[in-house]
Amino acid sequence: MNIKNIIIKLFFIILIGFYSSSISYSKDNIKIGTLLPYSGVYTVLGEEITNAMSLAFDEIDNTINGKSIEIIRGDTEVKPNIALQKSRKLISSDKVDILVGPVSSSVALALRDIVVQTKTPLIIPNAGANILTDAKCSKFITRISFSNYQINAPMGTWLANKGIKTAFLLAPNYAAGKEMMSAFKENFEAAGGTILGEEYTPFRKTKDFGPYLARVKDSGAEAVYVFYAGGEAINFIKQAHSFGLSNVMKVTGAGWTTSPLFLPAQKEAAVGFIGSLNYVPSINTEANKLFITSYKNKFGRIPSEFAVQGYDSGKVIIEALKSLSGDTSNKDDLAEAIRTVSIVGPRGPLTIDKNTNNVIQNIYIFEVIAGKNGPELKVLDTINAVQAPGEKCNL
Amino acid sequence: MLLIQFLNALQFSMTLFLLAVGLTIIFGLMKIVNLAHGSLYMIGAYVGLSIWSYCDSFWLAFIFAPLVTALVGAFLYFVLFRHIQNADPMRQVLLTFGLIYIGLDSVRMIWGTMSHSISAPDVLSNSIILISEPYPSYRLFVIFVGFFVLICLYFILEKTIIGAKVRASVDDPETAKLLKINTDKILFYTFSLGCGLAGLAGITVAPILGVEPGMDMEVLVLTLIVVVVGGPGSLKGALIGALLIGFVDSFGKVYMPQLAQIIIYAVMALTLLFRPDGLYKR
Repeated sequence: MNIKNIIIKLFFIILIGFYSSSISYSKDNIKIGTLLPYSGVYTVLGEEITNAMSLAFDEIDNTINGKSIEIIRGDTEVKPNIALQKSRKLISSDKVDILVGPVSSSVALALRDIVVQTKTPLIIPNAGANILTDAKCSKFITRISFSNYQINAPMGTWLANKGIKTAFLLAPNYAAGKEMMSAFKENFEAAGGTILGEEYTPFRKTKDFGPYLARVKDSGAEAVYVFYAGGEAINFIKQAHSFGLSNVMKVTGAGWTTSPLFLPAQKEAAVGFIGSLNYVPSINTEANKLFITSYKNKFGRIPSEFAVQGYDSGKVIIEALKSLSGDTSNKDDLAEAIRTVSIVGPRGPLTIDKNTNNVIQNIYIFEVIAGKNGPELKVLDTINAVQAPGEKCNL
Repeated sequence: MLLIQFLNALQFSMTLFLLAVGLTIIFGLMKIVNLAHGSLYMIGAYVGLSIWSYCDSFWLAFIFAPLVTALVGAFLYFVLFRHIQNADPMRQVLLTFGLIYIGLDSVRMIWGTMSHSISAPDVLSNSIILISEPYPSYRLFVIFVGFFVLICLYFILEKTIIGAKVRASVDDPETAKLLKINTDKILFYTFSLGCGLAGLAGITVAPILGVEPGMDMEVLVLTLIVVVVGGPGSLKGALIGALLIGFVDSFGKVYMPQLAQIIIYAVMALTLLFRPDGLYKR
């Protein structure tokens, strides 16, 4: 093959490339851009959210008022600077109508200004930093997942009312860990509890909890309240079990610590853990059963709370677009439509707080019990319509 | 409380020792800093995970995971390390650094990105009561494995002909060759053994620390610190470094939790300041 041949072939390839990309760029589509981690430590969460959101769109055959819905993926790699690059691409060259993401709060804070400036509605399907629906709130940012305060605050009151008066706090040393612990602490103390000690472990660097567990045991508290996720959650639960922590105190915490994603690895070590979360698979409603069945049929595993947040993001988008008859030309109307949506999802009724754009939802207090096919989450109590404070936000 | 913390520290030290000893003997023999050592640790853990989940036997995993890792090491030796032995250090470092990324992405492709966990065998899944405090018996097993390897290596290196040949090849490869010692063969076996030990560390701590992508980098940094602090290239150095770092880290977390992140780096900096060649100098 001579050089001329190669050049001609290259020319054709480029031509075909241009042609095909101009086909997929049609103005009638509704474009949903995702800014989620598809590589790096949170890959699983990015996939769960995207899977479940596409499931919601499948239910309406991916069309609204004759327009088809298209998901364009942007991989944040859990890095704020990469996410910012991808958001520019999605907003200015793909011209997406709505953005969904991210998983991590640090990424969310990096994206905040660009979505507000370009008036691109952003739906947050996970990132929980309180500030996103407080001092940094915007009508273009709607959070349908949770704020860190919202998940942990009810547990402080609940545990104290159940007669547990002393607790020890243990969480990873980063912003989310501290926000969760302070939400618990504030409400636990307000209900008459005392915190006997707190410890913050190096974030993502702690694998051996042995030294901390010995300290927690020594504190003599009636309960330990923790927040861990991923490998840290698996290690903490297994190690706490092998040190016999549950023999001397209640092991409690933010519910992600025993998420359905981690339970298969934690096994019976998780039994007895009491947690609070915005979703547990055992919620006994039609909407939830239907969701679990169709998710399992399509992806072959039980959905986690992250999948639910992705599914509800999809549902909110659908309802908002329906109310506008699929017209996305006016960004202000679109943002307004999103924040006035109310739906009933797998986790129960959801509405958006008009003052902060944070979701108002039920919080479930659960206990891990031994089931036939491994540990299950049994709902002990449901706290209805929990709202997150946002004094510094005025929408 | 103190006893429990002491055992925790000892168990962590023994894990570090298993890792550091492999890295240090490879360095002593070949003068190569194998940055992919952590990747071999990760591979050992993942291979163990697969054997454990298919055969439902921890002991099979415990025996075969290190062997498979040693084979991976042997393969790497033939394909790569043999050729860069006399190259300049920069090339060696870059090559082994590249292996880290290949290892990480291979693991992600084969086993996915989820965190996994291996259950300890039934015999070791309970706690033993030590002076009224329960202590997980599996952690005692980790301490035992560490000491066992230490004694075996010491015996082989100091008391056998093969050990004498290895020491000769380390100290003076030229003369060793003249004495008809097949240094290439010794290099090959030692390199594979070092890799196998990394795999052994991986499967041994998997029931405690879990199995996940990224576990390679965490231990690589710790292992390098242990080797630098202890003094590179010697068994005793690896042991001293592992004990020092293990105890400082574990007790630091309990008594100075605010300093947990930096305390071992501080120890390393102090060591380098006053004993630039490490604590144990041959």
